[in-house]
Amino acid sequence: MVVSVQIAPPDFDPVFAALADHTRRDIVRRAISAEEGVLELASHYPMSFAAVQKHVAVLERAGLITKQRIGRRKVVRTNPEALLVARRLLDQYEELWRARIDRMNELIAETAGAIDTVETKESKR
Amino acid sequence: MTVTAVRKAPQRLTLTVEAEFDASVERIWQLWADPRQLERWWGPPTYPATFTKHDLAPGSRVEYHMTGPAGDQPHGYWDVLEVEPPRRILFRAGCANAHGTPHTDMPISTIRVGIEEVAQGRTRMSIESVFPSIEAMEQVLAMGTEEGQSQAVSQIDAILAEETSSARSRGEPL
Repeated sequence: MVVSVQIAPPDFDPVFAALADHTRRDIVRRAISAEEGVLELASHYPMSFAAVQKHVAVLERAGLITKQRIGRRKVVRTNPEALLVARRLLDQYEELWRARIDRMNELIAETAGAIDTVETKESKR
Repeated sequence: MTVTAVRKAPQRLTLTVEAEFDASVERIWQLWADPRQLERWWGPPTYPATFTKHDLAPGSRVEYHMTGPAGDQPHGYWDVLEVEPPRRILFRAGCANAHGTPHTDMPISTIRVGIEEVAQGRTRMSIESVFPSIEAMEQVLAMGTEEGQSQAVSQIDAILAEETSSARSRGEPL
């Protein structure tokens, strides 16, 4: 199943819910390299195969991962487009902090100037 | 350029921003510890912040609101987890209703602030933000911007439109 080419906007609620879980985020991270099947993925977590299978199913429904057949094996692969949405939001958050840091700088320059003025006045006395 | 490093981990929903200032560690600490200074930089000029409760101590809650051009006042809070003056603050930031009561159903981000001297009179500040979900990130972004809440939703639409219409690769801003 190919989900990477989507014309209609997908429903994003499952994406939010899927990424809110630590194990599922870890699966997304591991599946970027698309080397492991569900069985191999399951070996990384202290939970049952069935539990990992459920996490994988949630991620698949959210469009965050796909299962891909390579020869006789089926590997789990992360869908980079879905991650791009998170990335864009991080870009915006970066801008928010850059603006704050600019204001911090202005504030520091302003108070440094004020101290200089006081020192100059005092040295003139 | 003050910002020296930006690290993003989309799959962990984490952003780390590092900046260096020609100022002492104590001076940078005051930007966080003095609410009157905090008010000067936390919100953009169009949405200045007012901190009504500010005690940087573990277990205490910092409360603030921002005031928009139309008089709208989004409220927010920090739950302070760890404090080590003048070097470290760890807090959970969230949104609140008009009475300052936290929206408990709303996911919140965890922010770790580190302040260290890199040379005489030069200080590095690092801010690591971890979001529990995309929703939480949208919430933070929507708060204190002129576009407001509805914009966050339309941004998603814009992203999708862009994604499907072009394969434009985005350069990394530094």
